[in-house]
Amino acid sequence: MNSPFNKIKSSRRNLLKGSASLVFALGSGGLSILTIEQSIAQTLAEAPRAIGPENLDTWLSFDSAGRVTTYFGKMDMGQGVDTVIAQIVAEELDINVSRVSVVMGDTHRTPDQGGASGSSACRQGAIPLRNAAAEARRVLVTRAADVLGVPVEQCQVEDGTVSVSGAKDRSITYMDLIADGFDTDLDWNGNYGNSLNVSGQATPKTVDQYQVVGTGVARKDIPGKILATTEFCHHVSLPGMLHGRCIRPPVANAVPVSVDENSINPWPDARVIREGDFIAVVADTEWHAIKASQALKVNWSDTTPPFPTQEELFDYLRNAPAASDSATGGFRGTPYETAPALAAISAAAQQIEAEYEVPFQSHARMAPSMGLADVRENQALIYSDTQKSHNSRNGLAKLLGMAPEQVRVIWKPGPGSYGRSDADEAAFEAALLSKITKRPVRVQWMRQEGHAWDPKAPACVIQCKAGLDSANNIAGWYFKTRGFSGWDVYFNANDPQDTLVGQLTGYAKGDRHNFGVPGESYRFTDSVAFWETVPTLLDRASPLRTSHMRAPQEPQLHFAHESFIDEVATASGLDPIELRLSHLQDEREIAVLEAVARLSNWDSRPSPASRSEGRGEGNILRGRGVSMATSFGGFVATVCEVEVDTSTGRIWPRRFYVAHDCGLILNPRSLRTTIEGNIVQGTSRTLCEEVNFDESMVTSEDWLSYPILDVMEAPESIEIDMINRPDLPPGGAGEPSLVSVPGAIANAVFEATGVRIRRLPLTPERVKAALG
Amino acid sequence: MPSYQFTLDGQPQAVEADADMPLLYALRGELALKGPKFGCGLAQCGACTVILNGTAIRSCILPISAVAGTNLRTLDGLPTEAGPHPVQAAFIAEEAAQCGYCTNGWMMTLVAGLERDPNVSDQEIRNMLTGLKCRCGSHMAILRAARRAADAMAQDATVQDQVVQFDPQTDAVDLDVDTDREAQA
Ligand code: FES
Ligand code: FES
Repeated sequence: MNSPFNKIKSSRRNLLKGSASLVFALGSGGLSILTIEQSIAQTLAEAPRAIGPENLDTWLSFDSAGRVTTYFGKMDMGQGVDTVIAQIVAEELDINVSRVSVVMGDTHRTPDQGGASGSSACRQGAIPLRNAAAEARRVLVTRAADVLGVPVEQCQVEDGTVSVSGAKDRSITYMDLIADGFDTDLDWNGNYGNSLNVSGQATPKTVDQYQVVGTGVARKDIPGKILATTEFCHHVSLPGMLHGRCIRPPVANAVPVSVDENSINPWPDARVIREGDFIAVVADTEWHAIKASQALKVNWSDTTPPFPTQEELFDYLRNAPAASDSATGGFRGTPYETAPALAAISAAAQQIEAEYEVPFQSHARMAPSMGLADVRENQALIYSDTQKSHNSRNGLAKLLGMAPEQVRVIWKPGPGSYGRSDADEAAFEAALLSKITKRPVRVQWMRQEGHAWDPKAPACVIQCKAGLDSANNIAGWYFKTRGFSGWDVYFNANDPQDTLVGQLTGYAKGDRHNFGVPGESYRFTDSVAFWETVPTLLDRASPLRTSHMRAPQEPQLHFAHESFIDEVATASGLDPIELRLSHLQDEREIAVLEAVARLSNWDSRPSPASRSEGRGEGNILRGRGVSMATSFGGFVATVCEVEVDTSTGRIWPRRFYVAHDCGLILNPRSLRTTIEGNIVQGTSRTLCEEVNFDESMVTSEDWLSYPILDVMEAPESIEIDMINRPDLPPGGAGEPSLVSVPGAIANAVFEATGVRIRRLPLTPERVKAALG
Repeated sequence: MPSYQFTLDGQPQAVEADADMPLLYALRGELALKGPKFGCGLAQCGACTVILNGTAIRSCILPISAVAGTNLRTLDGLPTEAGPHPVQAAFIAEEAAQCGYCTNGWMMTLVAGLERDPNVSDQEIRNMLTGLKCRCGSHMAILRAARRAADAMAQDATVQDQVVQFDPQTDAVDLDVDTDREAQA
């Protein structure tokens, strides 16, 4: 299509107008017209594709126009992973990447690869698709050789056409070879989730053969989003659909005693739905659902406010009994011993101690949760922007009393989600409401719910100790985190117990514990790093329940760890990079640290610089700081140069320098914007973000009370050294660079001001107070 | 219910709704537009931005009754037969979105501002955009796109030097822009 713009617009406009609604399918096969009812019925009844991972047909299909569709059991949260998947498939098939479409996160069509999780899309999720595509090429070329009457060795492939070497006119296309599919078995490792893998007889290409992988192919999703043709999950509409709005208590843990249904009489199309302690209003029009939900009078139970005051939070974290720890919690406990480290530290010539505090932070997605459900007698269709559609299907099936196969969850793009956000909540609420009303229901949270009721990144207190011997060598190292569990809300929605509506309708919250320790290779003699979790503040439908938020808990951990390493460097009179280099073991960590020193023209000397060295003028003080982060197969070192305005306390992280090694680079273009997004989001979490609450409720309920980084504070530049490692498999890029930000900024602020701030976020008020 | 008439992307439109219903619900609902989005409903994020009589406004708080007789432009209506708006072309070229949910606000604010005066400094671009939210942190790419769009519009350059072919059914993109610059930088 040369200029599709106007055509798109008018066809979409017609889509949902009135009763004679028709769906125009403007596919390449011409115009087919279905009524919306027919089309929904078809979607519901559509048999699942054979999605056994061991079938090659599960992974790839070809259409008559010569396009390839590949089925990916993860999804894109806005970093362009579908484009990378298309590159990988195109590469192995020897077909133009523009012919490859990627279907993501549809439980009827994609294998269960664990959804978006742990920066795993490229480092794990792409591998079965690569292997499947390589095997597909092998099968098709074998068929071609047969048809063309030549040995396989004499066949060559160019953009999906197989021809005889030296006789290009003797050729046949993939499309003509595919017939009814591949009908080919793959070796499957038997796993589902992130570790699912398959392989065929074919050997995938080696890196030196790559022509498409590793190049800056334009993100496939961008034009649709820019030209307003992309159907976000939020755009999906079903005929006869009701709009739902949920009612939340003014005091956390209060339950409805009575509901005055007459209070919504002005909106005759609205009605109240109550199930257990869950209340919602549904209406034919969205506006009436909103108005009625705001007008509804509910008499709530008189509940003792469940929370400490915000001022008491860190004391609670210090003093509460441990609920779990690294030896017993997490995926598998890791035993630890504190005595040798503590003994070494107290025996040392000098002791250094510091304690760092990180408050609750909110996922605060760009749009709060939404979900759409059409629950019928024996089947349910759910649209969600979940990160893990297969897990959500299991949880939804349980909530609805169905078998998982009866539930189809279709992922559609939504606002970026970076961990276990509120993304799943509305889909579960919509499913319950649809089951009760026997109508499709779309639930859209309001802004206040997105901020106040989404799961939070766990607050923590981190205690660090080190001993220095008389030669200023580190003689002992102690790193202890006390925080709320990162699994208070589990990282997927496999069970309704991990959703608000589940907990309000009788599912007891689970009790799972995890936090984490920094993963870099620093070697300190007599060192210990461990965590303890404390009991959740409220064990049912809590607005302060906690979960993974981008790079699980590593931003918190690395704020403390990388700040403390700098404190030790200052105490021992060493340059912060030098000190790090002398303790790192891993060659890739050393390489990124050296690279960032070069990139930033790092001037090797202890911090802080003295004022006479000219680290500022007037109210503006300047400083540089460094931080490392290793996680999910990515290795990052970041230097930040800040300006601190002593009159206002405002910190401007003016320049960032990032050295980034995530193995083989698959797409340098989308990698760059992904890293930039990490750095900016990390800056926001460092400078701006703190959930406010009182004894009753979360009180930061919108963008005014929970500010994120504004464009006025955005850096002037982010320079990135993307270190390509063609010899190494691709690692994760979705999270590690964010982890490096808090430490780099905090260290730069210390360098600029000589004052160490050990509490996030570094707001102007806090900075001013610290400067005295 | 009363009916309100206005011009939407060059076409007359009539919407029946309660007088106090914000414009956004008509645009997203009955009119099924994909550009303006619900982000906050509080005029705090910009996801719902449209251009009303030449000014970028937040449609999530503007009652539909206040729109009667006005001229509205939306992201959906920006492209012409000749191709995308220069701001859109710049956002595509710079890949100035992560999730893309906020992007409507940034683009529509820039369209209104740069159509008024494209001769803007980098600082003036930031001043124009302050207050808009992007949770994914796409700010750097957005600022590059804004610069690119301003320069193109200041030179009155059309986007013809950028060939964008896009099939919305398949999301296939054929984009002939200077992509190497980023890859090499
Ligand atoms: S949705 Fe209108 S400003 Fe946020
Ligand atoms: S790109 Fe996701 S919110 Fe801006």
